[in-house]
Amino acid sequence: MKHLTLTTAALALMATGAMAQDLRIALQSDADILDPDQSRTFVGRIVYASLCDKLVDITPDLEIIPQLATEWTVADDGLSIDMTVREGVVFHDGTTFDAQAVADNITRSQTLEESRRKSELSSIESVDVTGDYTLTLNLTGPDATVMAQLADRAGMMMSPTAAAEAGVDFGLNPVCSGPFSFGERVAQDRIVLNKFDDYWNADAINFDTVTFLPIPDTTVRLANLQSGDIHILERLAPTDLAQAEADEGFNVVSAVSLGYQGITFNVGNGENGDDPFGSDPRLRQAFSYAMDREAINQVVFEGAYAPGNQSFPPTSPWYNADYPIEGRDVEKAKALLAEAGYPDGIDLVVQVPNTTIPLQLMQVVQSMAAEAGIRVEIVSKEFATLLSDQSAGDFYASQIGWSGRVDPDGNIHQFMTTDGGINDSGYSNPDVDEALNAARSQADMAARKAQYDAARAILSTDLPIVYLYHQSWITALDADIEGFTPYPDGMIRLEGVSLTE
Amino acid sequence: MLAFFLRRVAVAIPTLLLISVFVFALQKLLPGDPLLVLAGEERDPEVLEFLREKYRLNDPIPVQYLTWVGNALQGDLGTSFRTNQPVTELIAQKLPVTLQLALMSLIFAVLIGIPAGILSAYRKGTITDYVANVVALSGLSIPNFWLGIMLILLVSVKWQLLPASGYVPPGDDFWLSMKTMLMPAFVLGTALAATLMRHTRSAMLGVLTSDYVRTARAKGLSERKVVLKHAFRNALTPIVTLTALLFGELIAGAVLTEQIFTIPGFGKLVVDAVFNRDYAVVQGIVLVTAVGFIVMNLLADMAYFLLNPRLRAA
Repeated sequence: MKHLTLTTAALALMATGAMAQDLRIALQSDADILDPDQSRTFVGRIVYASLCDKLVDITPDLEIIPQLATEWTVADDGLSIDMTVREGVVFHDGTTFDAQAVADNITRSQTLEESRRKSELSSIESVDVTGDYTLTLNLTGPDATVMAQLADRAGMMMSPTAAAEAGVDFGLNPVCSGPFSFGERVAQDRIVLNKFDDYWNADAINFDTVTFLPIPDTTVRLANLQSGDIHILERLAPTDLAQAEADEGFNVVSAVSLGYQGITFNVGNGENGDDPFGSDPRLRQAFSYAMDREAINQVVFEGAYAPGNQSFPPTSPWYNADYPIEGRDVEKAKALLAEAGYPDGIDLVVQVPNTTIPLQLMQVVQSMAAEAGIRVEIVSKEFATLLSDQSAGDFYASQIGWSGRVDPDGNIHQFMTTDGGINDSGYSNPDVDEALNAARSQADMAARKAQYDAARAILSTDLPIVYLYHQSWITALDADIEGFTPYPDGMIRLEGVSLTE
Repeated sequence: MLAFFLRRVAVAIPTLLLISVFVFALQKLLPGDPLLVLAGEERDPEVLEFLREKYRLNDPIPVQYLTWVGNALQGDLGTSFRTNQPVTELIAQKLPVTLQLALMSLIFAVLIGIPAGILSAYRKGTITDYVANVVALSGLSIPNFWLGIMLILLVSVKWQLLPASGYVPPGDDFWLSMKTMLMPAFVLGTALAATLMRHTRSAMLGVLTSDYVRTARAKGLSERKVVLKHAFRNALTPIVTLTALLFGELIAGAVLTEQIFTIPGFGKLVVDAVFNRDYAVVQGIVLVTAVGFIVMNLLADMAYFLLNPRLRAA
């Protein structure tokens, strides 16, 4: 009898389960702490796209559009931004969203000791709340990047009540104002979000719950989609692309990412920067000429990614078309080596993360370089080690990339300016510094682009980083999913997405 | 028996201390700065310094260790760098998952390994023996990850019989939980079954040729009684020890199995923690695993007393 009751209960559960629409999304890894001020993982941002609304959002073409902020005007002197925020928005705990909440959020991002957002908001000097729904951001100087920063974690709005109460532990039970509220989290297993009925744009949301499942193994992730256990899979491996496209049970969409991958040379970070490759740009040029970027894309990534040679992908409006991706030229590479005094070739040690894709990439790079006379020795290191060696200057060349930022500044300034926070190559050129600093304060896009173009003209010869390719975000969807749009930031936005059965 | 028990517990304490020193030192020897990853892509120096202070990584290493021991004695195993969750809470969350996996695997291993071992010893030199040996050898040689992925592709993708991966707590939905855990437990169980089969076979071979077995046969007892009651019972002692020692192998195997089937257990926790240099988590898991191992050994020793009347008398 007891058994029967249990079975009935299970059946009842299953029945309600079928009625309520649950969307299941497989992530490549588990998110870190769910506090927008403290978190740092890519997958964490995917969860936020459903959990936490931002002041502004982006379009697939990287235009900045309203989300919680409805209007904003930059003052003529570039020193302040007037902003109007949406009325009638409430946080998941019932707290009203208003201009004061924006001010509290910015203060938290700037002052919480654990905050990873400080550098992103460093140009905001103060916030004046001028009305219930209007405010002014006062800047330390003209900064064209502020609005783009507010289109990501720095612009995510948390309930000030909950943030004040939970303090540094906010991430254990995050309270925001997005389309879904936090349900439960079992580390490394799942994050469950529930539909928030009072969401300002609730009509665009078609799911009762969203479950995020971290499934690191690419084969298992795909198997889950094939068996119908999940509906959306982020970052399909390029090697699975052909198989996935042939399967009628699901669709594959992709967008070129904002980031890049390449080889960072040590040109001035400690003693190692004095090696031949660090001191003679001709050797780095030779290395670049030895690379067949299109072949790398075809061989390692089945043609699914985008070859690249700059901080921005060729599809970006910031790409400098005067320096297109050149074909491979082994003769030129050899000539440059001879000119630099190495007619018999030269050795180069490159450190690389010890995971499959970077190692495959480096093996292809190694054989291409060898044909030009550059004998590459691959030293594979586990990521934490690679990063600390790179930061300490304990490397000659390093295969590493960057996840990318909406504003072009985020892809270049901190790497290429003398005092840049992550200038691991130790590159320093006053002309580049000047151009990149000037680009930061220009509001006009054409004027900004001119500065980036000027910097690129120098960087294309100096080559502290030899760019190789830009990853694409490949998303596989159950064939019943409709209305999904891939974005260059790789986020999964659920507005207007539905599941037909 | 009590004196024996107490002596064993007393010996366990220095063992645990040694293990904790060893693991702590090993972690510190690992190259790489955990906070560089933790500080985010931008690696803000101010945040880095704050985090170093917060997690006391600026203290000399012996001081760091003593702080950890002091807190551990009070039941505080620290907090995870990565998720800010207390380590004790993480372990309490993950331990039941891995125990379920280990228990189900052990059932598979015992159900397959022991009968196969008895049978192949009894039919030594026949085709049954050879087949059982070949199967056992395959069980040992086929890597877990390969078998796991093949099973997922066949059972979940092709036949759509069982969920491909994940975990459901038995409290939420008992049958779904069993179904989800079936494949991982089978994969982990087969490797152990092979070891168990080989050892059962050799233990049984030794016993089956002994005098009392001949006597039992001479008394006219049925073959069934001779093999299962007289021979097997005496062969059981080494098998019990082995099963207890297999616990270590189970936890090691669980690391891989949990990765493949995305089971949020101990194994997955420890792998992620090592990669993220989440010192407190690694340290906590190793401690708990070591305690588990010692307890299992203790239980095995206790079981001897129950199985072997001669020890009870002594």
